[in-house]
Amino acid sequence: MRLSKGGMLLSLTTFLACATTPPAGDVGEVDLSFGLAPYEAVGRSPVEAPAVEVAPAVILQNARILTAAGGDIASGFIVLRDGRIEALGAGAPPAPPPNATVVDAKGGVVTPGLIDTHSHLGVYPSPGARAHRDGNEATSPTTAGVWAEHSFWPQDPGLQRAVAGGVTTLQALPGSANLIGGRGVVLHLVPTRGSRAMRFPGAPETVKMACGENPKRVYGGKGGAPSTRMGNLRGQRAAFASAQRLLEDWERHSQELAQFHAKEGDDGGERGLPPQAPARDLDQETLVGVLRGEILPQVHCYRADDMISILQMADEFGFEIRSFHHALEAYKIRDILAEEGVASSTWADWWGFKLEAYDGIPQNAALLAESGARAIIHSDSSVGIQRLNQEAAKAYYAGVHAGIALDETEALRWITANPAWALGIQDEVGTLEPGKRADLVLWDGPPFSNYTRAAQVYIDGALVFDAENPGAPWSDFVTGQGERSP
Amino acid sequence: MIALLLALGLAHGECTVLVGAEGATLVLDEGEIQSVEEEAPAACTAVNLPEGAQVTPAFIEPSTALGLVEVSLEQNTVDSSSNESDPVRAALTVMDGYNPRSTLIGVARLGGIGTAVLVPGGGLISGQSAAVDLVGATQAEALITPSVGMHAGLGGGGGSRSQTLMRLREVLEDARVYGRNRAAFDGDRFRDLAAERLDLEALQRVLSKEIPLVVSVQRASDIEALLRLAEEVGIRLVLVGASEGWLLGEQLAAANVPVVLDPLVYGPGSFDQIHARADNAALLHAAGVPVVISSFSSHNARTLRQAAGNAVRGGLPHDVALAAITRTPAAVFGLEDHGRLEPGAVGNVAVWSGDPLEPSSELLHLYLRGEAMPLTSRQTALFEKYRSLGE
Repeated sequence: MRLSKGGMLLSLTTFLACATTPPAGDVGEVDLSFGLAPYEAVGRSPVEAPAVEVAPAVILQNARILTAAGGDIASGFIVLRDGRIEALGAGAPPAPPPNATVVDAKGGVVTPGLIDTHSHLGVYPSPGARAHRDGNEATSPTTAGVWAEHSFWPQDPGLQRAVAGGVTTLQALPGSANLIGGRGVVLHLVPTRGSRAMRFPGAPETVKMACGENPKRVYGGKGGAPSTRMGNLRGQRAAFASAQRLLEDWERHSQELAQFHAKEGDDGGERGLPPQAPARDLDQETLVGVLRGEILPQVHCYRADDMISILQMADEFGFEIRSFHHALEAYKIRDILAEEGVASSTWADWWGFKLEAYDGIPQNAALLAESGARAIIHSDSSVGIQRLNQEAAKAYYAGVHAGIALDETEALRWITANPAWALGIQDEVGTLEPGKRADLVLWDGPPFSNYTRAAQVYIDGALVFDAENPGAPWSDFVTGQGERSP
Repeated sequence: MIALLLALGLAHGECTVLVGAEGATLVLDEGEIQSVEEEAPAACTAVNLPEGAQVTPAFIEPSTALGLVEVSLEQNTVDSSSNESDPVRAALTVMDGYNPRSTLIGVARLGGIGTAVLVPGGGLISGQSAAVDLVGATQAEALITPSVGMHAGLGGGGGSRSQTLMRLREVLEDARVYGRNRAAFDGDRFRDLAAERLDLEALQRVLSKEIPLVVSVQRASDIEALLRLAEEVGIRLVLVGASEGWLLGEQLAAANVPVVLDPLVYGPGSFDQIHARADNAALLHAAGVPVVISSFSSHNARTLRQAAGNAVRGGLPHDVALAAITRTPAAVFGLEDHGRLEPGAVGNVAVWSGDPLEPSSELLHLYLRGEAMPLTSRQTALFEKYRSLGE
């Protein structure tokens, strides 16, 4: 990740307080970070504690284990302790620690928990209702200051069904009406009362951007801007140009503040007013975070040439795209995407619903993988997220049947390790390795079969789904509605 | 499913024999299946099938706009729904808008689909569906029958449910009155009727039970009201969607009402689907209801086999799931010579490398009306074009 030119540290307190109150006396260094931490630091954070009860110890044994990191185990064990993977290996497990839950997973297959980089669960929840259309702040084409977290409804019945399909983490995103739609949020799928407690611990902030047909249709349709692809790019470039200026203001302020304190130290007594910090601007702060490489851009884009335009814009302003989303024509520029290290989150087989989706082919992910680019299968659907394994299977076999050399490990990475990377949580989840968070799925059969179901799903070592004992619904909406699915 | 030796006869006298690894035979001639498990004529060209290959009837997608839409958001390529203000469009037949050169057709064929019921959308009574085989360069060649169902929609969102039901009842009753008094109507000695003459005329085939009224409906209470109406007016009913159908399995079975459903729908997507569940297909089947499975897609009609596989995952027996995309839709829409590997059936046959309901299985051959289809589409052409980037 690139750092901004200055990369200076200013005091966080100063940054957050200056616009409204005089600076505090003990001004140290200002952190120019525009991630979550500064916001949490000024609140009584967290208001709601994270909800997962970490299990003391769980051992799954006699399972086939697909690690998504190579080195699969035909029959072995995996030990989960204090929310992390402690050990895994072939054959019989070590003596179980006291209080351990031992699960005989014979006939089952263990994989990492699935990760969906593109979901609108919570922001466009079920049931579809006018009152719940919280995914697009379609009042202005650039709304970088809105956060999906603040629209996200933790009572969406779709969440528990996604978990039942093996999904443990998702990125909830604003829609694609806007050129810069706002911040996404990376969530662990656990029952909570507020969305913040679902946040994946330590996950970086993300921002949703969009190119192509949607923004120009939404705003052009109202007689406004943008109404063309060139209008789209102007809108995005203008936003980053402003953010660049704000970043420079902050860097200048940081220097002035340093000089102020240095002078203060010299004459030992005379205290003038400290320099005034730039005014807060929530939209631009998000983009400053992008410029500083701290907020990971997730860009809705279909056509190859549109993606190239976005890459050129990112280059102009000195930041990197983390993942394109939908990316139906990624296969046409897979050499460029591999070279630039940009992931492509796509579907197995969606196409043709609009003109920029006309050239989608089912070998997209397979061709990307073959070229060394990062392929990801995402859902963008409350239905697709319930069987992300099948979506990956379709994309995998489309490649295999077309003669592309692939293995199941690579295809499994499309819904585990690669999405983890796109969300900046690859050191924590996405593969089964000692030390990583104990987010995993026990399937009742091969994960790439249409007949297979998740038997158990663990998040941070806690059993969050058990097919044999589904328990009460998480969602208050579903509660008390009468007949429901088992 | 056993592997089959299959002879596919073409009208001009040539034929192909598919030789299964396990020896059973199926002989086709003149574009039809002539006999099963009988030795093939020597003149046929033999195609040996690999070990484990499975032969099925080509699939039937029972609810799609294949050939009626090219790019969904480009209105000038969309002929599946009419934007006229009149909610009653019974006279509309979709076939006039069918484009046999649509790129969607080749894509669908690669999913093993050989036949499609083309469904109109919009309004209260949307019009009549047509059945086509996915062959031919002209509408005439593709056509099986231009009218297999009269389509309507019911549920939340379009005024009150009672009002919608009342309107439907009114139109059907007026169609009955019209049918009995055409002379009076033509002589201009008639009160105003609830629909235009062509619509009333088209509805005669619903009233005579020649074609079913095919109604998109999800909520159990709407289905219940609809069953009442169908009995009262005396029409055949087919339900489409029916997420909450499992709540009324007995009633649907008693009234012999088939259900066209999507096994992938699991969850309260709308207030009409609060009680949707993953085993809807299995429960309906267990209650004795004929189950038909649809992808409810045009561009992605190829997901039909995934949908059927998921019905199995939800507890539907495998053979019933396979029938739900072959024999059962053929029976529901009056295409009895389709969807089966039997003497006299149309030579629509798919050959798979394994279980067709699994993503690991590959379509090896597709024969429609006895003719081998090229396993290509615009998508395979794009794939070939970009197979190498010239590095």
